[in-house]
Amino acid sequence: MFAEPWQAQAFALAVKLSEAGYFTWKEWAAALAAELKAAADRGEPDDGSRYYEHWLAALERLVTAKGLSDAAALAERKEAWADAYRHTPHGKPVELRRR
Amino acid sequence: MDRRGFIRHAAAGAAGFAAASGTEAHMAGHGDRGHEHQHDNAHQAVPSDLNLRVKALESLLVEKGVVDRAALDTIVDLYETKIGPRNGARVVARAWVNPAYRRRLLTNATAAIAELGYEGGQGEDMVVLENTPRVHNLVVCTLCSCYPWPILGLPPVWYKSAPYRSRAVIDPRGVLREFGLEIADEVEVRVWDSTAELRYLVLPERPPGTEHMTEEELAALVTRDSMIGVAKVTARPNAPFVQQRLAR
Repeated sequence: MFAEPWQAQAFALAVKLSEAGYFTWKEWAAALAAELKAAADRGEPDDGSRYYEHWLAALERLVTAKGLSDAAALAERKEAWADAYRHTPHGKPVELRRR
Repeated sequence: MDRRGFIRHAAAGAAGFAAASGTEAHMAGHGDRGHEHQHDNAHQAVPSDLNLRVKALESLLVEKGVVDRAALDTIVDLYETKIGPRNGARVVARAWVNPAYRRRLLTNATAAIAELGYEGGQGEDMVVLENTPRVHNLVVCTLCSCYPWPILGLPPVWYKSAPYRSRAVIDPRGVLREFGLEIADEVEVRVWDSTAELRYLVLPERPPGTEHMTEEELAALVTRDSMIGVAKVTARPNAPFVQQRLAR
């Protein structure tokens, strides 16, 4: 089902946010369907291989739409993680550096 | 640095290296070419954009108290034990009933596993380690959590934990004891360190009293833990929920 760990994490996030009532599963399905349709409209093959990419895009969209975060914060945090990987010696756990 | 040298170095850096007496740690090391991700020797490679986006989301939402990390782990764990190890179990069962397949599996695991339709996710090679009355194999990834996803699903949370990753090397018998598995002194314990290029699958011993069973029935007995090497396969599995799912 999951080809890589990030897919499972994205999956678990969607399940938990919905369970906690931040959005309904119906809203979730609609958001995911919109991403899948947009991909199809762009002419991407619909073989399921990029399913979780669309899942993640839907998750980001809903999280920002519900005011749980915003695009700028997500982008900043993503860069912080990339930076943490670049500066963590091999074999050590990667942790965000506190500002 | 040779393979054993590398693991010695890695283990020493993490927790100090002391081989348990009577234990030979066979290590195929993490090479210095791409591990889970491409990286140089000094620092870790930056994961894929998708990976970073998920990490950003998760860490922000956990920080805000919107979601609980342990609850997320629970979901992942559920899915990995429900969905994960069926493919590997089928490989093991086939090897138990078909000697020719078993030979192919032990000499060229990647090809033998592909015969059943399971392909490597990131182009890594599979190696199958056969447990015998004299040798018990244990798989770990000391540096991160390399794992044969296509045949075992997602790694269990403990497999990714720092204590398992360091202690499996330093005190494998002690770790196995904590899993409820006592390995007799005369049995050699071999510890194998996974890499991006090499992923290991343990071929557990076929339990006695299963001679009458079909391949499918046998596959239902094979647990994820037995294919990592922290458990043996028993004729009466003690995890009926997982086993029933495997049998379907």
